Amino acid sequence: MDLFLDLFIGGLTKGSVYALIALGYTMVYGIISLINFAHGEIYMIGAFTALIASTFLSSLGLTGWGLLLSVMAIACLWAAMYGWTVEKIAYKPLRGSSRLAPLISAIGMSLFLQNYVSLAQTPNFLPFPNLIPPIPPLEKLSHIATRTQIAIVAVTALSMGALTLFIKKTRLGMAMRAVSQDPEMARMSGVDTDRIISLTFVAGSTLAAIGGVLIGCSMHQIDFFIGFLAGMKAFTAAVLGGIGSIPGAVIGALILGFAESFAAGYVSSSYEDVVAFVLLIIILTFKPDGIMGSATTQKV
Amino acid sequence: MTGGIPNANGGVPKTPAKSLRPRLLGLGRGLLSSSFSGLWLALVAFPIVIMRFDATARSIDFLWERLPRLVAVCVAGAIAFRFLLRHKAMGAFRERLSLGASSPKGDPRGRLGRLYDGLSGGRARIPLAIALGLLLLCLPFRSNPYSVSIYTTALIYITLGLGLNIVVGVSGLLNLGYVAFYAIGAYTYALLNTHFGLGFWVCLPLGALAATLLGFLLGLPILRVSGDYLAIVTLGFAEIVRLVLDNLKFTNGPRGIPHIAHPGFFGLDLDKSVKPFLVGRGLLHPNTDLDQVLLYFIVLAVVALTVVCVHRLENSRLGRAWLALREDEVACQAMGVSRWRAKLTAFTLGSTWAGLAGVIFASQITFINPKSFSFMLSVIILSIVVLGGMGSIPGVILGAIVLILAPEYLRFFDDYRMLLFGLIMVLMMVFRPEGIIKATRKVREYKRHADGESGEGAPEEGAPEGAPAR
Repeated sequence: MDLFLDLFIGGLTKGSVYALIALGYTMVYGIISLINFAHGEIYMIGAFTALIASTFLSSLGLTGWGLLLSVMAIACLWAAMYGWTVEKIAYKPLRGSSRLAPLISAIGMSLFLQNYVSLAQTPNFLPFPNLIPPIPPLEKLSHIATRTQIAIVAVTALSMGALTLFIKKTRLGMAMRAVSQDPEMARMSGVDTDRIISLTFVAGSTLAAIGGVLIGCSMHQIDFFIGFLAGMKAFTAAVLGGIGSIPGAVIGALILGFAESFAAGYVSSSYEDVVAFVLLIIILTFKPDGIMGSATTQKV
Repeated sequence: MTGGIPNANGGVPKTPAKSLRPRLLGLGRGLLSSSFSGLWLALVAFPIVIMRFDATARSIDFLWERLPRLVAVCVAGAIAFRFLLRHKAMGAFRERLSLGASSPKGDPRGRLGRLYDGLSGGRARIPLAIALGLLLLCLPFRSNPYSVSIYTTALIYITLGLGLNIVVGVSGLLNLGYVAFYAIGAYTYALLNTHFGLGFWVCLPLGALAATLLGFLLGLPILRVSGDYLAIVTLGFAEIVRLVLDNLKFTNGPRGIPHIAHPGFFGLDLDKSVKPFLVGRGLLHPNTDLDQVLLYFIVLAVVALTVVCVHRLENSRLGRAWLALREDEVACQAMGVSRWRAKLTAFTLGSTWAGLAGVIFASQITFINPKSFSFMLSVIILSIVVLGGMGSIPGVILGAIVLILAPEYLRFFDDYRMLLFGLIMVLMMVFRPEGIIKATRKVREYKRHADGESGEGAPEEGAPEGAPAR
């Protein structure tokens, strides 16, 4: 039973981080039907920025919650800047071109960002400090879940809540929903589609950066390649839940997290990554619209 | 975003002097705002580029000496990007004005494409081809071993590029897991050779067959998946193959398979029998082994075969179906082309070449492990196709030469190689999505509508025109 609980908590944490990244994929796909390959790299850059910011700020004497919050803010800000810039350079000029072009451009961007970080920083693994300060009331639970794990789930839940509120209740959120339903019509009704698309990238990148900081805290090390696998898995999660659907992304991410965790625990840890990909292939082949997605017919 | 359009109103006549000042102003404004974009880029890049994390001291090194270079690169890049973007917008604008009226300037092939047409279409064609062939045949004899192995590698990549070209370039199926089939070919040869002692010549078709079979089996279910999803599924599949090879016992896991044999030549030991003779007459570089030369010729033959096959395929009924598939799946199906069959054949045939190349690769390198078949390799092959021109045979060959040979000779770029690959892919897609040499098709156009006589029956043979706009 202990093993089960461990795996359950592990799956939940993993799923939460996947969910944070998957939301970026699903939002962008919902709005411009593009698989943003560079999204995993934004998450990686978020983690790197957080590492740099935390080292710098703690050398200035900042500690505890102040450090965590300011690092989080800086990582989100910079990741959002990257997301915005990437969209302007690699995707915006391609709007209205063939189906393949933005996808290849996205792959190129992802490759570029990976190597850019590896060249500018280092190709090796870097140690990441645990930024989450101890929370005394939670220490009693430490035999079930560490404070990092609890923090990850809590922060993810909070971010989801904030995102849902943003999309459901604000004008910008309404504009986002409008663009994802029908960009042409939204434009005619006076929505600045370009701005909304940029906003989507910014929002997705911010969430990815939160994921990056959290994963750094729980894995204790990062390198320039973490974005690739995490991105692939988050994308799997998004597809699993039905791409374009925000609750779908969360559900898909949790399912994937559990599946991986249990497969690693009960089958073999060396095939942990295989599970995600096999799940991806099966889902895409037999139910490409995912769990929460609705079947669409292609019209001419 | 200072639009390209305001300056394009040069159509208003009778003000010859007016154009200069607003133009200069516009240029100044453009430069200013793209400099700001450049500064923005530098700001974005600041923490990663300037503030380096020092893992041993756990502190930040500020690398200020990088700052001037960073700002310069960003500003120059932003200015160039904006200029090219505007140039492209103006081109599109002009094209719309002339509504496709065929002017020599509006040739969609571009300068290189025309150069290629001139060389391959004119009277010089046959002598040029013979000269090129002779050059390729003589190349390995006078070169040192290092060069020969680079040429062989480049040829392998040409094969891979041409194979992927069928899938991505001609049929428009984005296969990001191409390397999986390459791996299958290589492992087929490696395993059969080391366990059962089968030779290269037996394994060459077997490796291709294994890859084809796998492509077919994988294609059956996943080709139901359309568009972007296909890219992800194939990528996932390649990762599965790599992880499985990494974990299986009989493939020796991450340690890989060593001591794979070079191809044999009718059981002769060329290096003992023929090499002294050739070296003695100055026909062979003394350090070059004939094994290597033989391999070079094998790949050259495979490339030649591939070019012929792909060329014939492109112009076959099947090839036309592939093109139709690329342009519009629904319309293609409506025209009575079996979408599913076209996809499956393209996918399967593409895998065949990956398998062939894999066997050759294993016999060249004599040691393989799963690391040789990472996602990056798929990306490199894809960039070859993209850079050269999707669907264009000479383009893909040129792309492979540029991307594989150039970095070998420009060692300076070695670290920046993958970075540049990424950049090239983005920039190509933004500015020249058709690649260096654009693919051509003979298009049949209804030119003489008004005469009531359609041009259907009389396409201009031998005068390739631009492929239909995507």
